[in-house]
Amino acid sequence: MSIETDKNATYTEPGVAGVVSDWAADKQAFDMPWGKLMMWIFLLSDTFIFSVFLTSYMTVRISATDAWPNASEVFALEIAGVHLPLLLIAIMTFILITSSGTMAMAVNCAYRGDKKKAVTFIVLTALFGASFVGMQAFEWTKLITEEGIRPWGNPLGAAQFGSSFFMITGFHGLHVTGGVIYLLWVARRVSTGYYDGKGLEIVEIAGLYWHFVDLVWVFIFAFFYLW
Amino acid sequence: MQHVALADRPDELHDPQTFITKYVWSQDHKVIAIQYGSTAIFVGLIALVLSGLMRLQLGFPDTFDFIDPNSYLQFVTMHGMIMVIYLLTALLLGGFGNYLIPLMCGARDMVFPFMNMLSYWVYLLSVIILLASFFVPGGPTGAGWTLYPPQAILDGTPGYDWGIILMLVSLAVFIVAFTMGGLNYVTTVLQARTHGMTLMRMPLSVWGIFVATILGILAFPALLVSAIMMLLDKTLHTSFFMPAVVSLGENLSYEGGSPILFQHLFWFFGHPEVYIVALPAFGMVSDVLSVHARKNIFGYRMMVWAIVIIGALSFVVWAHHMYVSGMHPAFGFFFATTTLIIAVPTAIKVYNWVLTLWRGNIHLTVPMLFAIGFIFTFTHGGLTGLFLGNVTIDLPLSDTYFVVAHFHMVMGVSPIMVLFAAIYHWFPLMTGKMFDERLGKWHFWCTFLGTYAIYLPMHYLGFLGVPRRYFAMGTTDFIPESAQSLNAGITVAALLVGLSQLIFLYNIFKTLRSGEKSPRNPWGAASLEWQTADVPPHHGNWGKELPQVHRWAYDYSVPGAAEDFIPQNHPVTEDEQTEGH
Repeated sequence: MSIETDKNATYTEPGVAGVVSDWAADKQAFDMPWGKLMMWIFLLSDTFIFSVFLTSYMTVRISATDAWPNASEVFALEIAGVHLPLLLIAIMTFILITSSGTMAMAVNCAYRGDKKKAVTFIVLTALFGASFVGMQAFEWTKLITEEGIRPWGNPLGAAQFGSSFFMITGFHGLHVTGGVIYLLWVARRVSTGYYDGKGLEIVEIAGLYWHFVDLVWVFIFAFFYLW
Repeated sequence: MQHVALADRPDELHDPQTFITKYVWSQDHKVIAIQYGSTAIFVGLIALVLSGLMRLQLGFPDTFDFIDPNSYLQFVTMHGMIMVIYLLTALLLGGFGNYLIPLMCGARDMVFPFMNMLSYWVYLLSVIILLASFFVPGGPTGAGWTLYPPQAILDGTPGYDWGIILMLVSLAVFIVAFTMGGLNYVTTVLQARTHGMTLMRMPLSVWGIFVATILGILAFPALLVSAIMMLLDKTLHTSFFMPAVVSLGENLSYEGGSPILFQHLFWFFGHPEVYIVALPAFGMVSDVLSVHARKNIFGYRMMVWAIVIIGALSFVVWAHHMYVSGMHPAFGFFFATTTLIIAVPTAIKVYNWVLTLWRGNIHLTVPMLFAIGFIFTFTHGGLTGLFLGNVTIDLPLSDTYFVVAHFHMVMGVSPIMVLFAAIYHWFPLMTGKMFDERLGKWHFWCTFLGTYAIYLPMHYLGFLGVPRRYFAMGTTDFIPESAQSLNAGITVAALLVGLSQLIFLYNIFKTLRSGEKSPRNPWGAASLEWQTADVPPHHGNWGKELPQVHRWAYDYSVPGAAEDFIPQNHPVTEDEQTEGH
């Protein structure tokens, strides 16, 4: 971990004390570039934001006085006369998880030094993300125009259903949108050679953010759509 | 593998040339620190004036026409919010965090200077939004700094329309600013220390700021989310926090929300916030005490662990602010227990400060006076916290002046004492000039004795049952007439303390204009920030080579040493009797 340990300091203590002094080593507590650590800490903070969102949603779901609508029916699609619950959400989830796969490929290519392929995979990831946001827009439109659900009211039951839905998926959608812009910006910089000689850790850092956004979606999917 | 911080790359550490890049859009942590600090002190002065206005009304009711019940509540709210968030948090973390972390860790700058600069400008934006609420129709919000719904957004509360919206937006913007700065502080401490600067050699100031920033990064999300939800409740009429309400004879459209949810979220932020303010103060006061007592801090490792443990515990005590909210009594039991456990590491810290002074060579300089004053005010405020932490004692004291006195002693006056100690202590480093010692002592004694004159009687008022946030007592049977004369006395003391801060401002401006040049290291401090190539340090802090650290920051009065302190970057000699610190 540490590079230049001080000659006078001893790092050979056993047990808990040894763990402490390993972590307390000079220069760097974690063997990674500062940008990556900073992203991890930011994601920790963002985890708290989404946890509070989901906890609040659960609380108002309990405190709501009207009945909670059946999510799998609200989010059902009617295609060629066939009734398919949660179809759109399943497709959206599949796309987002696929985009995590392409992101991982991008990181792999970047570290192997294949800039061209890395850029291709980043752009592909961004396209998946953009299509996710597009489908979300479609879902919102359907909910607002066809079902008449609004943040403040809901013909199907508790008003909190609409409020929580628009707030949480909206906040997550903003994260995806921001991620798409971030990825395209990174792709541009990689392809113009901005990071030449500095290393391509930025691809992994952007990837961390992207995987986080996916992971959050899995929780939103489980708690909001499946419950 | 060694990873290099942005500010360590010589080609990316541009030396700013123009006035604008040097002092306005500056990415230098020291300039950003001073920008943060002066903005925070500016809004703090506004909050001080507001408290003076409140005291005028309380001390001499029916005398001032320009204070009506609405404006009184607005003063209460804005005073509290400004002091806690926009002054204390910003000055301790944005100000001293920015200034001290790179210098004390031996870094050239924060790891991400550009984002650090953004942090200040976004903070300034949040301050502007906050102050704008004084000029909108209805004025600023008067909901109390806790902003409890449903009343915060309903007709009948001053500023329920524009004021509350601006307040919530300003808070959200502040959190964005804090996060950008906070990510820098934490990452810099973890990844950008110089050679030999192990975590367990960092001065306690850095430890306090570091742990407080982690608390902020984890606690502010709760405030951000509750601000978003309340904004939606206000603007889109969602019902997150709003139950069915009949307001002014009218059935509102709200239904099924949970006001208690807001209280939980607010205090999940609000209690760690107390320690976001207290921990940097703990750290900095430890350093000031040690330097001016010419003695190493007593129990350094214990002090570090106490900071970490207090930080961790601060996340599991929040509902002790909600004993009267109708929670299940079992929760009250749980939160009272965790609350009282916090007293253990806190008491360790107080004992260690006192033991640092014990048989030290105490120099009663201005920073030292403020630091010792802090031990008094903090101990008093902490002891009343034991009263309020117990459910049965808290119930009758809740929402009385006892609570007001308690939290002003423990997280108002105490951090302010440390801030003054820190400003006087590091002033020669920041400006290269030495302030007027005599004026500083006047400032100390007026502030220290004055705050006791304000808050000691308030404890008694609280025991009488005088409720807080009331515009006037009117004729209340259980409150004796004498309470009013006591209130008048408190007001006089408060105004005097407020005025005595002018001494401080005068001292600062006088010194900046025509102060004497300070010696390089006037206090003989061993920590790294005083060992820079130039004082005040220039851009990049360390000249060509980063310093090499060989010891902890507290080698004072070492037997056999040539001087009574050994700087951290001096190599350990053969015959020195250190124990591998």
